[in-house]
Amino acid sequence: MKQLVILSGKGGTGKTSVAAAFAHLADADSLRAVLADADVDAANLELVLSPRVIEEHDFVGGSVAVIDPDLCNNCDTCIQVCRFDAISLSHHVDPIACDGCAACVYQCPTNAIRMEPQIAGRWFRSETRYGPLFHAALRPAQENSGKLVTLVKQQARLRALDENYPLVIVDGPPGIGCPVISAVSGADLALIVTEPTVAGIHDLERALQTTAHFRVPSFVCINKADVYPDGAAQIEAHCREHAIEIVGQIPFDPMVTEAMVNGAPVTAYRADAPASRALRAVWERVRARLENGQ
Amino acid sequence: MKIAVASGKGGTGKTTIATSLVLSLANVTPAPLFLDCDVEAPNAHLFLRPTFERRQEVGILIPRVDESKCTYCGKCAQVCQYHAIAVLGKKTLVFAQLCHGCGSCTLVCPERAISEVPDVMGVLEAGPARAGITFARGLLNIGEPMAVPVIRQLKKWIAPEPNQIVILDAPPGTSCPVVESVRGADFLLLVTEPTPFGLHDLRLAAQIARELKIPAGVVVNRDGIGDARVDAFCAAERLPILLRVPFDRALAEGIARGQTLVDIRPEYGARFRQIVAQIAHREVVR
Amino acid sequence: MKILITTVAPNLESEVDPRFGRGAYFLIVDPATLEWHAHPNPGVNASGGAGIQAAQFVVEQKVDAVISGDFGPNAFDALNAANIAMYLFGATRTVREAIERFQAGTLERVGAATPQRHV
Repeated sequence: MKQLVILSGKGGTGKTSVAAAFAHLADADSLRAVLADADVDAANLELVLSPRVIEEHDFVGGSVAVIDPDLCNNCDTCIQVCRFDAISLSHHVDPIACDGCAACVYQCPTNAIRMEPQIAGRWFRSETRYGPLFHAALRPAQENSGKLVTLVKQQARLRALDENYPLVIVDGPPGIGCPVISAVSGADLALIVTEPTVAGIHDLERALQTTAHFRVPSFVCINKADVYPDGAAQIEAHCREHAIEIVGQIPFDPMVTEAMVNGAPVTAYRADAPASRALRAVWERVRARLENGQ
Repeated sequence: MKIAVASGKGGTGKTTIATSLVLSLANVTPAPLFLDCDVEAPNAHLFLRPTFERRQEVGILIPRVDESKCTYCGKCAQVCQYHAIAVLGKKTLVFAQLCHGCGSCTLVCPERAISEVPDVMGVLEAGPARAGITFARGLLNIGEPMAVPVIRQLKKWIAPEPNQIVILDAPPGTSCPVVESVRGADFLLLVTEPTPFGLHDLRLAAQIARELKIPAGVVVNRDGIGDARVDAFCAAERLPILLRVPFDRALAEGIARGQTLVDIRPEYGARFRQIVAQIAHREVVR
Repeated sequence: MKILITTVAPNLESEVDPRFGRGAYFLIVDPATLEWHAHPNPGVNASGGAGIQAAQFVVEQKVDAVISGDFGPNAFDALNAANIAMYLFGATRTVREAIERFQAGTLERVGAATPQRHV
């Protein structure tokens, strides 16, 4: 069983559009895949895969401190101890600022503080026309998105192992911090979707450094490639220097948005669109690498 | 006045809007302060071109165990909510990357065997940028999981002058790094695109505004590429649409090269100044 | 002697689970008598610290050696600190095979953390 993670560094380069296309193309090739949407902050894969939710669960992220005013003796120890500015002068804990460290609980001389688990979101096991999808929604302003990513991926992985799916496709989050690190963990291959803009190039370098740090072999594909040909050339040069293969270039194509508006992967919506043909070529290369290690 | 620019969905144009907004205000006195809070993948420097004159490493305090005093009682491991300190046999190990720097283990150790040492996670940088703007940003080290401590310290590191307008460029998403970036702002400008992904994530971003009780308005970027559902949502939620930037390939190409919206279409400068005036006079809040 | 093997299912016929911190089950077995019992991995869904939780479990169970597919840096440091030997499955597929190869001394012993860091 192999895990492919789709990353970008910069947001909005087209990870989800690529992931959705791969889900469709894998299915069309009879390559059974489990899908995982690891962008739990802004989970968009479901918008183009029309999932049918089979089961859903609460996700308990961490806990927050709650102070019982009847037991509180106003000594202010908790305020002094808290490093997250989460406790007001009137000894009320701000649940958004609270990091869940429980330092105040252990230091409170009157045991006036307890930790309350927070339901930080929900996770789902769904079926789509291309295979099972595991996804989640973190409540806005919550922490522990890395933990929820790990849970979603773990569920996808176990399902793939249990039922002999050869592939797990993980639609990753933007950035390089803990949700991305969680998404990258266990991946056999990372496909970094970039765009040929100054921002895209800058963030591609950070994304590549991140996958290198965690020793995940990486490919790059350039999306909206024709918007700035100089930028595409810069990316090609950078990748050559670092011996990273560019597996394809996808032209800017309004059909991608039209497909999204119609709730479908672009390759399923309009197979002969320029972006669809380019995505097919990228998929072939990625698939060959996953299957043969070449 | 602090205006934070956020979005939910990545790639909608936060940095495009935030950098154009700050450039539009460059003739105000004092010149505005720009904070790039996207410490994982900062981009604003590519458009505002700062010269960094101040630099400071940042991190959190992590525990260091004096093994000569440690009795392996395990109390530190019991209280740690992050599995960042563990007693294994006759060793007490600290896992720096898991540590949140809360200090709890240090406080509970009955032998006072734990002291705290700085663990560097990133760097803060500041200096003058184009048009006299003061620029500051944080950069998270590769492989470090936590952006929040870097963002938190960035905001403390640079104190705005009296009457200085502060523009904060938030990271994408809706979880703790975004909250840390926008917390304390007077107004939240939410940048979206008129597509299903844009709408889905705008809903989440609007919830953050509600949770944090920060008044918000919307900028619809790449207007025209999708459909009208974002407009309908904003109307239903009474979220004012303060600006529409129509999709324009020439704009996309200019931004790709490192130009901002106001570099390519200077007429937007007046529109941004108008929006700031509306925000300042609370005309925007419905 | 007690060894711990990470497994996909809680029995001797199960396939081995290649990842230590996130293995589905921990199967503890006396390789000489084949007496065994299995536990679900308490840290399987943990973010950060799964390897450490797993290592702490191993220590509590007073296991002498662990066999898995790979050990992330945190798990490695933790098990090393507790002087618990770590072995890799290599091409082994089932728990029984893993036990046989352990007894035969043909499993590779780990000296340093295997490449991928796990969160």
